[in-house]
Amino acid sequence: MEIKIALAGNPNSGKTTLFNDLTGSRQYVGNWPGVTVEKKEGKLKGAEYKDVIIQDLPGIYSLSPYTLEEVVSRTYLVTEKPDAIINIVDGTNIERNLYLTTQLLELHIPMIIALNMMDLVRKNGDHVDVKALSDALGCEVVELSALKGEGTEGLVKKAVAAAKSGKSTEAKDVLTGEAKDAVAKIESVLAGSSDQRFLHFNAIKAFERDEKALEALHLSADQKSQIEAIIKDAEKALDDDSESIITNERYNYITGITAKAVKKGRAKGELSVSDKIDRIVTNRILGLPIFAVIMFFIYAIAMGGWSVSIGTAATDFTNDVIFGEWVPGFFDALLGLLHVEEGTVLYGLIQDGIVAGVGAVIGFVPQMLVLFLLLAILEDIGYMARVAFVMDRIFRQFGLSGKSFIPCLVATGCGVPGVMASRTIENERDRKMTLMTTTFMPCGAKLPIIGLIAGAVFGGSPWIAASAYFIGIGSIVLSGIILKKFKAFAGIPAPFVMELPAYHIPSFVGVLRATWERGWSFIKRAGSVIVISSIIIWFLSSFGSVNGHFGLVDNLFEDESIVTDTYVEQLAEKMDVPVEDVNAMDASLLANVGNAVSFVFRPLGFGNWKPTVATVTGLVAKEEVVGTFGVLYNYDDSEEELGEEGDQIWDRVAADYTPIAAFSFMIFNLLCAPCFAAIGAIKREMNNARWTWAAIGYMTGWAYVLALIVYNLGGLFVGEVSFGVGSVAGILLLAALLYLLFRKGYQATAEDVNPNAVKANA
Amino acid sequence: MNTLKDVAIGQSATIKKLHGEGPTRRRIMDMGLTKGTEVYVRKVAPLGDPIELTVRGYELTVRKADAEYIEVE
Repeated sequence: MEIKIALAGNPNSGKTTLFNDLTGSRQYVGNWPGVTVEKKEGKLKGAEYKDVIIQDLPGIYSLSPYTLEEVVSRTYLVTEKPDAIINIVDGTNIERNLYLTTQLLELHIPMIIALNMMDLVRKNGDHVDVKALSDALGCEVVELSALKGEGTEGLVKKAVAAAKSGKSTEAKDVLTGEAKDAVAKIESVLAGSSDQRFLHFNAIKAFERDEKALEALHLSADQKSQIEAIIKDAEKALDDDSESIITNERYNYITGITAKAVKKGRAKGELSVSDKIDRIVTNRILGLPIFAVIMFFIYAIAMGGWSVSIGTAATDFTNDVIFGEWVPGFFDALLGLLHVEEGTVLYGLIQDGIVAGVGAVIGFVPQMLVLFLLLAILEDIGYMARVAFVMDRIFRQFGLSGKSFIPCLVATGCGVPGVMASRTIENERDRKMTLMTTTFMPCGAKLPIIGLIAGAVFGGSPWIAASAYFIGIGSIVLSGIILKKFKAFAGIPAPFVMELPAYHIPSFVGVLRATWERGWSFIKRAGSVIVISSIIIWFLSSFGSVNGHFGLVDNLFEDESIVTDTYVEQLAEKMDVPVEDVNAMDASLLANVGNAVSFVFRPLGFGNWKPTVATVTGLVAKEEVVGTFGVLYNYDDSEEELGEEGDQIWDRVAADYTPIAAFSFMIFNLLCAPCFAAIGAIKREMNNARWTWAAIGYMTGWAYVLALIVYNLGGLFVGEVSFGVGSVAGILLLAALLYLLFRKGYQATAEDVNPNAVKANA
Repeated sequence: MNTLKDVAIGQSATIKKLHGEGPTRRRIMDMGLTKGTEVYVRKVAPLGDPIELTVRGYELTVRKADAEYIEVE
């Protein structure tokens, strides 16, 4: 028979380390249904335990109805009824950790307490009387050092035995006096409506006016009014509200226990090593410079373009050598052996569709792994919480968390790891908002676009690049302010009441595992989106109808019986290019689609099929925009390869665009939907199709509005565009933008704090 | 009314009452800031907000805006 054991505990209690210890490599990582909270389960190590499943619950401090993690955990515990709970408790921080324990004990599920970090407890000279603790709580306590793997064997034996016996722990009553009486009265009111096992748990929840818990009980109006009367009486008698009464009772109970069972070795006020480190690291004066140095090193190692930049070097190697030469070379040889010639559909599909698509996925992985490794180390050390502590003041001004700084910084190198780095933001709302705005940052692949526009139209002015960064940062800030006024993002800002965990030496295995897990989840979940999209774009740009013949346009163009002079003239006229410049690409499906939809961009000043097609191919990878311009402006690559910024076609581009139109084109391409790889990453992190589309839609809409305003009003200002419908639209949109920016916005009530909590509970 | 926001760095105070409502208040209580608890104000972030507290033997950070809801004596 299958046995399910839930692993519950506070964040930073060593839960992940214990979970890895218990399950080894037999883990399955997913998401809790409908939410972005990660769900991990694994099989217990050891042949005799092969039917024991460990369910890792999110790290939580309480079973309140207010955070997604807490709601997910308690819904699981109440509805799935695991056979046992292992409650991991940080031995160096017993008082607060036991707060969750008192709540878990009320569930009457067999439970074992794993008292973790006992090595540190001893090192600090503290003493915990395990027997006294166990007697007081009415629950077995096992000493543990998960980091060193000490004590896990004993824990496993006891947990499995407890699960098999099915004997729930004898919960001691935490409550006293009036509170105890009130809860007992509520129990009798609930008697028929609640599962006997959860009666006490539900009665306490009812006393706390926990609506999420009550919903599940379907109480009658009469029961509700009886309960409310009982609560009111108790609140009056104790002169406090019911939630506070319960919390106070719990902590009083805990202080009673720890007074007997725990002896601190260190005198009050004496500083531990961790305290001393923290005094320097988050120092009032040194705090910011240290933060800047650490961020600089992360950027330099993972993203920069220097000799220490392992991340960039590894990704360049993967893109240029592995997927630039080796893999295509291998397939070239393989297909040659199979007599699949270059120029056939199959060859094109494999080389330009699939290999290029897979390459686009894998190419980001090395850089991402380097970055995740660094972030995992920072997180394991305990510095991530300090990042939020240091940056909170700035970022909360525009509705983001202090931790949003890292995704934004990373995104200046590449949006994909930037998006993935948002994982360290615990708050769902902040995370979603960060996901929607991070890729506004000009990433490395967008630089060629900036270079092309600056070089071709603006005489290489450095102000263009500067303005690109300014527009990116400005878009993030303004979006933050605008979005947080909408109901979906509103709500009383997430309580920024955060633990600053003691500094730890990072665990080598733990860090590597966390790094690999994130990298792999990107490959697995974002990969399909990227590969399929690349194949579609390949199909659209390679196929087309040439003079009534459908097929690979490159091949059809070589056939002189098809490509007649009359046809070339017709095509030149249709696509509005000089006759001598007509090439295969002009007949492709993509060119036709571009031609048909280019009107969309007319209000932005570049309603022509060439920039339209370039924008679409930019979705595969942003640097493709320049490559596509090279093809469309008919650069003959037989002489020399097109420069990264398209130097050789600058004259032709300059002839086609006014400065304001070119600038508008640049703005649109910098801000609109990111490349497929980043879209895949966003989809993976949002874990929800609707939110993914909302994010892409928002970015594209924002890009469109901004480009429209800049083209029409900017153009009017410099005299490039005359006053007309566009100017009116620009003024209206600008007014709308200002309204959204300065309006009062949706006023949240306590009930909207977590719009998803209700859904998770349902 | 004295609140936690007014307590100087390096000083301790005892919590008298929690004001406000909803999740932030509950979270503050869940983290161990309950009536009668002694709190030590350890430091303030480099940019002047939030503040770092020592409570029940561990470190906690709260924004000044939230500290204002915590009445102390």
